[in-house]
Amino acid sequence: MLLISCPHCGQRNSNEFTFNGEVVTRPGPDPDPASWRRYLYMKTNAAGWQEERWFHVSGCRRFLMIERNQDTNEIRMVRDYGDRR
Amino acid sequence: MSRYRLDPQPGEVIDRSREVGFTWNGKRFVGYQGDTIASALAANGVRVLSRSFKYHRPRAMLTASYHDPNAMVQVGDDPNVRGAHHLVEEGMTVTSQNTWPSLAFDVKTANRIVGRFLSPGFYYKTFISPRWLWPWYQKVLSRFVAGGSVTLNHQPAKFDHRYAHADVLVAGGGPSGMAAAIAAADAGASVILAEEEHQIGGHLRWGDTQARDDLNELRIGILTRSNIEVMTNAVVAGRYDHNWVSIVQRSMDHVEERLVQVRAKTLVVAAGTLERPYVFEGNDLPGVMLSTAARRLICLYGIRPGNRAVVLTANGSGDAVVADLKRAGIEIVRTLDARKGETVVAASGGKGVKQVIDSSGATHSADLLVTATGWTTPTSLLNMAGDRPVYNKRAARYLPSTLPDNVMATGGMVGDGTTQDLIGHGSAAGAEAARRAAGEPPSGIPDLLIEEHLELYRSTTHGFVDFSEDVSSQDLVSAATEGYDTMELAKRYTTVGMGPVQGKIEAVNAVAVHGEAIGASLLETSTTTWRPPYAPIRLGTLAGRKYEPTRYSAMQPWHEANDATPLLAGQWVRPDHYGDPAAEVNTVREGVGIIDVSPLGKIDLRGADVSKLLEFVYVNRWSKLDVGKVRYGVMCGEDGVIIDDGVTGRFGPDHYLMTTTSGGAGGVWNWLDDWLQTGFPEWDVKMTAVTDGWASINVAGPRSRDLVSRLTDIDLRPDSFGYMEVRTGTVDGFSNCFIWRIGFTGELSYEIHVPANHGLEVWEALLAEGADLGVKAFGVEAQRIMRLEKGHFIVGQDTDGLTQGHGVGVDWAIKIDKDDFAGKPELVFQAESGDYPRLVAIQTEDPGIVPLEASQIIDGDANLVGRITSSRMSPTMNRSICLGQVEPNHATPGQALSIRLPNGSTVQAHVMEHHAHFDPEGTRVRV
Repeated sequence: MLLISCPHCGQRNSNEFTFNGEVVTRPGPDPDPASWRRYLYMKTNAAGWQEERWFHVSGCRRFLMIERNQDTNEIRMVRDYGDRR
Repeated sequence: MSRYRLDPQPGEVIDRSREVGFTWNGKRFVGYQGDTIASALAANGVRVLSRSFKYHRPRAMLTASYHDPNAMVQVGDDPNVRGAHHLVEEGMTVTSQNTWPSLAFDVKTANRIVGRFLSPGFYYKTFISPRWLWPWYQKVLSRFVAGGSVTLNHQPAKFDHRYAHADVLVAGGGPSGMAAAIAAADAGASVILAEEEHQIGGHLRWGDTQARDDLNELRIGILTRSNIEVMTNAVVAGRYDHNWVSIVQRSMDHVEERLVQVRAKTLVVAAGTLERPYVFEGNDLPGVMLSTAARRLICLYGIRPGNRAVVLTANGSGDAVVADLKRAGIEIVRTLDARKGETVVAASGGKGVKQVIDSSGATHSADLLVTATGWTTPTSLLNMAGDRPVYNKRAARYLPSTLPDNVMATGGMVGDGTTQDLIGHGSAAGAEAARRAAGEPPSGIPDLLIEEHLELYRSTTHGFVDFSEDVSSQDLVSAATEGYDTMELAKRYTTVGMGPVQGKIEAVNAVAVHGEAIGASLLETSTTTWRPPYAPIRLGTLAGRKYEPTRYSAMQPWHEANDATPLLAGQWVRPDHYGDPAAEVNTVREGVGIIDVSPLGKIDLRGADVSKLLEFVYVNRWSKLDVGKVRYGVMCGEDGVIIDDGVTGRFGPDHYLMTTTSGGAGGVWNWLDDWLQTGFPEWDVKMTAVTDGWASINVAGPRSRDLVSRLTDIDLRPDSFGYMEVRTGTVDGFSNCFIWRIGFTGELSYEIHVPANHGLEVWEALLAEGADLGVKAFGVEAQRIMRLEKGHFIVGQDTDGLTQGHGVGVDWAIKIDKDDFAGKPELVFQAESGDYPRLVAIQTEDPGIVPLEASQIIDGDANLVGRITSSRMSPTMNRSICLGQVEPNHATPGQALSIRLPNGSTVQAHVMEHHAHFDPEGTRVRV
């Protein structure tokens, strides 16, 4: 059970959140099948740091961008999706 | 007092003033309060507690602790109870396991005659052929399966979950653990101290006077500190990410077991050491036990473990047990000192030790053989924290190597020393743990010294390594010879370490023997991985109590009073029917009925950009939806798969209400939030989930207009309130209600939405006002029949996880000329390929046969071409009706199909022209 520091709610167990996969870029209009399906299915699944989408469904209901290390489960950054860097 | 019970011992944990009566294999015995099942049996002269797993050899206590492999018993209807740990209770019914026909006379001991020892892989190698005999083998072998028996009508028991928070969690209540808890508490930390056994104190409990004084001082120190919570009979079972720690707390008042999940800022592992058995011929005979077992029996329970003892000692515990045995009046026949090169070669006897042969060749007559050959560190929790403990030759055991900052180890896990040394190290660890919990940068603590221990694993003979799986050192050598040359492989082949004890007391011996066989030292030998849980957890404990909420509509009291048959739909409990769903259908088709549709998901959407959101999440077009209109929409995921459907109405220029399927309400809400927050944050849309705010009643049937007009000020005349329109107004005197005219049932119908707190009144008012119209309530089943008569699909019933938008026959709704919407590219690809299953209406030629849902549809060559997704007997048409998914080349109207029935026969059927079996033109909804 990961401990996630929600920028709105504080430290919460990960079972309050849904994991919505790694951050991907949606192709523009009328993509070809290959690029669309790369967006749908071909995930990087990095052995190390990756940017992920989490949803605090049982909390503030905000989508968060999280940098998590898949080797160690260390989390080094959590921010609200709406807060542009 | 029995001749097996000693005079009162200074540190004993039994209460001799309270007798406890229980039965063992039907015979009545008496023990004392505080006795374990095994110690109470020992006090009555019962030594053999079980028969071994493969060879059915008689077995008695080895460790006299939770991890005793030989003391698994059945208590009432609970199998596999740890008899050397579980306390005896008044009236307990205890039976032996794995014995047939009885513990004393076990016919399966013949196993020993057959093979002397079954080689590893024996069952695989022997019973592989002839194959046709396998069912018979299975039947016979199943009688040999170890473990207790499970009864199907067992007594329900209560299990619990608890969430706890601790700055410092100490796993293990020996001297180091107790000192760590006190030091952490004194540094201001909140502390949980979890001890696997029934008392804190660890090995001090069976120590000398000085040890007991030290224990008392520590115990008082703990009890007087209010920021230490002590859990006894509570084992730390797992350590997970970010120090999420699970504790299994057993045998509490009113609760069988409780799973305590703790977020610990710092975890201090003070699990101590487990004593290691010694491998030699006859090492499993009743009467062969570890020094800690003998000391526990004598000092904690006042049990005389034997009469004539041989002791093999390599350490202080072996020296101390000699003193204990003498004090208990047991004759010491011979003390073999391993430090002087003396050892045990073999023990022999029938149902117990009779003779012991030592390394000088001398034979000693004895009924007790106590071994003290060394220690094993139970490193499981450290492994779970990412550590790879390293074998230390001097310590003759594994010691931690690198730990994360939020996990520390102390006590026997890391070294040796006097009680004061252990307390000192524990205190330092506890204070440091508290510092780290407070967010201070980690600093080191002084090491505990490491004493020299002998590497004593196996004598010159072969004996048992794993007592719970009956794996001998010879088996491990054979496995290595057969090519299983890594420990992970040898483990899987021989099953060493895979029994109930899970390797805790036997793993190091196994690694040592395996290393010996492949010619490698322990340092070079690979080890197995320790995974959670450290100790078994009952399934009931994992399940805990049900905390899922159950949702009822405002009309639930009426449903209950009118004997509704409940239907569990997600979290909702809904009326399935009120006795006769077919009659309910007829009421709606001929007159008027009302159904509670409150669980319908409802999402209130306001803002200038709502229509943009609707355009994006639905496949159909929304920009031209006028105020006062409602429209049906289909929602697809980015993979084009249908995720939900429902109607959305426009109340004002910037105000809409979306409805979703009852089960999809939460998912759609999240889906919309996802797009609004991460895709289009610039859009002006305010979203509120209002499902529970409205009680919803669908009034359906040709006389619904008559009925609803009696309760509302809204003009219901067809020219002012048409099909697929919404109006707001007063219903039954309550303002701010809204009604929309839709037709899921295929009849003229008005869906009334009133503030939830008025739901029951409006429901009852409709029934009272419509009495002369013959109004009746109908349930979900009648609604499902009627929608099937109309061919309306249900998402998740007639669609599945692969059904993309075009598959359900709503091509008219999919606007691929829209710029963009969720899943659009996939729907474009789908339309281009044309190769996807079609949802079609199907009727059987024999109108009386209703194929079960999920029946296979086959073609003339018995190829699978589809399946029935919905089927019912239609009361309206008095015939069987279906919806089904079929391959595209079997989807044209009139296409003949065969449907396979459960009995293997088939029924002929054909594809219909329209999805609707009844009123395909939809004239009845537009009156």
